[in-house]
Amino acid sequence: MEIKVVHQILEWNEDVSDKIKSDLTKKNVCLINLMGSPGAGKTSIITTIINNLSDKFNIGVIEGDIAGQIDAQKMKDLGVPVVQLNTDGACHIEAMSIDNILPEFDLDTLDVIFVENIGNLVCPAEFNIGEDMRIALLSIPEGDDKVEKYPLMFQTTDALVLNKYDMIEYFDFDEQRAIKNAKDINPKISIFKVSNKTTEGVLEFIKYLENKITEKIG
Amino acid sequence: MHELSITQSILNIAVSSAQKEHAKKVNKITIVLGEMTDFIPQYIQEYYNIVSKGTIAENAELVFKKAPAIARCLDCGHDTHLKDYKFICENCASQNLKIISGKEFFVETIDID
Repeated sequence: MEIKVVHQILEWNEDVSDKIKSDLTKKNVCLINLMGSPGAGKTSIITTIINNLSDKFNIGVIEGDIAGQIDAQKMKDLGVPVVQLNTDGACHIEAMSIDNILPEFDLDTLDVIFVENIGNLVCPAEFNIGEDMRIALLSIPEGDDKVEKYPLMFQTTDALVLNKYDMIEYFDFDEQRAIKNAKDINPKISIFKVSNKTTEGVLEFIKYLENKITEKIG
Repeated sequence: MHELSITQSILNIAVSSAQKEHAKKVNKITIVLGEMTDFIPQYIQEYYNIVSKGTIAENAELVFKKAPAIARCLDCGHDTHLKDYKFICENCASQNLKIISGKEFFVETIDID
């Protein structure tokens, strides 16, 4: 006998994601989900963000990694509250993990929390974690074809950072190809060319972030 | 690898729906999967065979119905079947589109004894 069910498979994650969003809105905290491959420069860009925005906002960081405390220690050294989230092998962060970790922060004193997702262009794109915005990083050495190869990541993001932009002279990275493909699958995407090393493009990206955070928390 | 946690969710949905009907066994689970998702049916079935062991839905056949990626043009009203995720109206080339199908991921029916 066949019976009708019609039950969303990701409902458990969506429900918790909605709860996080509502909890953080009440506390006036903005949550930003940062995604990209291992080595794309996620930790470095968070460092840059902290250095440029910590006089304007109180920033917290959730460091997602399969194992280890390496990135959390870097954040601690910068003097921001940080919680390391080890997924023990899982390829992405789910909303429940964020919900469990938020009590570790004093949300009354924070304005924005950055989540460094697991280094991966596939799985994190499928799971909402209660974020207000998504940022995807694609570094120049990874290649200009990644937008075509991993479309969901670049379609669901608000902003794309072409990171390590100072490397463009050393790699056959067709920047127009990457930008066109990103806009084809995500016409509203904001794109930034950034180098943490030379600081090229950093100010523009920081200004964009500042506006987005202010939009949320006033 | 992200298929594992969602496979557990599929099993939970099937078992709890079957129990409501006082079923003894779940034979088949039909899942609607949008084209704009990254879940791989073959992996889901393989994980499913492991996580379903010892339940009334053990080794049920998973049937995947593909939901096409369709976007409606907000300028001319035309519906386009999106290829490679590209957001462009095949009629008027507008990029002002709204997805109306392709993000689905739900258990539609179960077949029980």
